[in-house]
Amino acid sequence: MTMREPFEQAVQRHGGTVLKVCRAILGPGPDADDAWQETFLAALRAWPDLDPVTPLEPWLVRVAGRKAIDVIRARNRRAVPLGELPERIPGAGSAAPEAVGHAVELWTAVAALPERQRLAVAYHYLGGLPHAETAAVIGGSPESVRRASADGIKALRGIWAEDTGDGRAATPSVRVGTGAS
Amino acid sequence: MENREHSPFSVAEADLTALRDRLSRRADQDGLLELAYRVVETPIGRLMVIGGERGVVRVAFEREGFPAVLATVAEKVSPRLLHAPWKLDAVAREFDEYFSGRRRAFQTPVDFVLSSGFRLSVQRELPAVDYGQTITYRELAERLENPRAVRAVGTACATNPLPVIVPCHRVVRTDGALGGYLGGLEAKTTLLELEQDAA
Repeated sequence: MTMREPFEQAVQRHGGTVLKVCRAILGPGPDADDAWQETFLAALRAWPDLDPVTPLEPWLVRVAGRKAIDVIRARNRRAVPLGELPERIPGAGSAAPEAVGHAVELWTAVAALPERQRLAVAYHYLGGLPHAETAAVIGGSPESVRRASADGIKALRGIWAEDTGDGRAATPSVRVGTGAS
Repeated sequence: MENREHSPFSVAEADLTALRDRLSRRADQDGLLELAYRVVETPIGRLMVIGGERGVVRVAFEREGFPAVLATVAEKVSPRLLHAPWKLDAVAREFDEYFSGRRRAFQTPVDFVLSSGFRLSVQRELPAVDYGQTITYRELAERLENPRAVRAVGTACATNPLPVIVPCHRVVRTDGALGGYLGGLEAKTTLLELEQDAA
């Protein structure tokens, strides 16, 4: 018999990472929220039968990536003319504090990266999948994933530097532990 | 894994809370919300209520450790367990009414899925003990036509999965002492006094 912890705990523990992956691929907003919902609904469906030894976060990250790409495909099918896209992201709020504005700006910039960099940042840098696993999902070699992720992060540095006034978070943090391949 | 603490890639806790709330509602629509839980504030401390399709399966005292109780219920009943306070509004209202002295019996459906055997028959008998009254462990054993099972009756009360709703606090010792209570003696005293005052 398989045994699983309460699903709520999985949502609490991994909800943040999954949202980051969705936002990196789709930009902040309702599309990312939808991909997040679809990811956890799929996980809830599978939950009682999911092998408890399956490392959960990488599993969720891969599902989140697929759900986000589904949203992009649906979006392309709707073929919204560019001119009709909202100028500002909903929720970025009129009276939003400065910090929130910067966070939204950063997420929007991630979603504007070239696709390969964006996916590498989403799966590897934010989702914690090792280079080799990311390569298995998005194609190419582990080395090319490493480069794409590094290039993506480098391209974001400008916004990063503006992100805080005190400079504490002005440099990209070094990845440690399980995420490194 | 990125270093989350200093990463500028932050997500607001409020965004996650809203997403979790919507998830519980969608899960319910899709028939995937098998158990819901919420926490209610009461004069005897915070109580956690876990309910499923057929009714409330568990009421827990904070001193039992909410995470441990959730883990046990997930294992024994279903791991499709989410924080969904909106799903338990009716029972939360009944707790409020009970603790303000305006309710004498709970109407919310209960599910004894966590009990079996003799313990179950004892727990099923408990709602027959009226509000404001007490009964001894011995009398309860006699009522169940099992007069020698006094100790087993005690165990059944101590393992009641639905305290307060199923009133094991109304069972006391023959010598007049209160006997034990999962929620602590102070909680038992508070409940009995509340019922005395309101009766």
